[in-house]
Amino acid sequence: MGNPMKIRAANKDGVTEVKALISHEMETGQRKDAAGAIVPAWFITELVAKHGDKVVLSAEFGTAVSKNPYLAFKFKGGAKGEKVTVSWKDNKGDTRTDEAVIG
Amino acid sequence: MNNQRRNVLKTGSGAALLSVLAAAGIIKPGMALADWNKAAFDAKSMADTLKAMGVSGTADSKDVQVTGPDIAENGAVVPVGVTSTLPNVTMVAILIEKNPNALTASFTLPAGTEANVQTRVKMGQTSNVYALVKSDGKFFMATKEIKVTLGGCGG
Repeated sequence: MGNPMKIRAANKDGVTEVKALISHEMETGQRKDAAGAIVPAWFITELVAKHGDKVVLSAEFGTAVSKNPYLAFKFKGGAKGEKVTVSWKDNKGDTRTDEAVIG
Repeated sequence: MNNQRRNVLKTGSGAALLSVLAAAGIIKPGMALADWNKAAFDAKSMADTLKAMGVSGTADSKDVQVTGPDIAENGAVVPVGVTSTLPNVTMVAILIEKNPNALTASFTLPAGTEANVQTRVKMGQTSNVYALVKSDGKFFMATKEIKVTLGGCGG
């Protein structure tokens, strides 16, 4: 399990904007450590954001997404007090899900 | 979530089985959304990446915008966004031409989600950044050159 994500969701004029800051190393597999050995790749491959039970965004990431990835997107609908959840899975099979209340 | 498909993947020999199913026409390419497109993310060049994603016949469009800085001081964290005013956008992808693997991220947008995503990417060097957008089943592209003064691979 990784560290918690920071998620903000705000509804304005019927459109909900979600901003998520995910805590993850996102190692590319191209860097070498002090001993010259390649640091193995470790990165988020899949991400799904849901509003209630409805998927509002699904994403696939490559290694070139920066460390501690930031993601912002907007979807129509959503109301104050409803929940948005963001889940990710990395290439080691680790997963994490966090939720935020739309404000 | 299609549980049956996930079970198929978990049991059987994963990718090999999937490709057999794809070959048999049971699963159409592009349908296996939740399964990471390894071929596309491993592809080195833009052309190979687009091929692996099953993209053909892209057209340049003014209705797709890549947002980002003109000059990024730190290639490890480059804010990049893609917005589009095209109708029925179902897919948005960010590709960086001169990175070791061009495909950076792809997003699948269900109906109701706006074609407006922002994220942060790593860039090894100054490069053209492409936004690929699928609208009404057609592919459109836009590009922006972002100059990098410090590469993203040095940590």
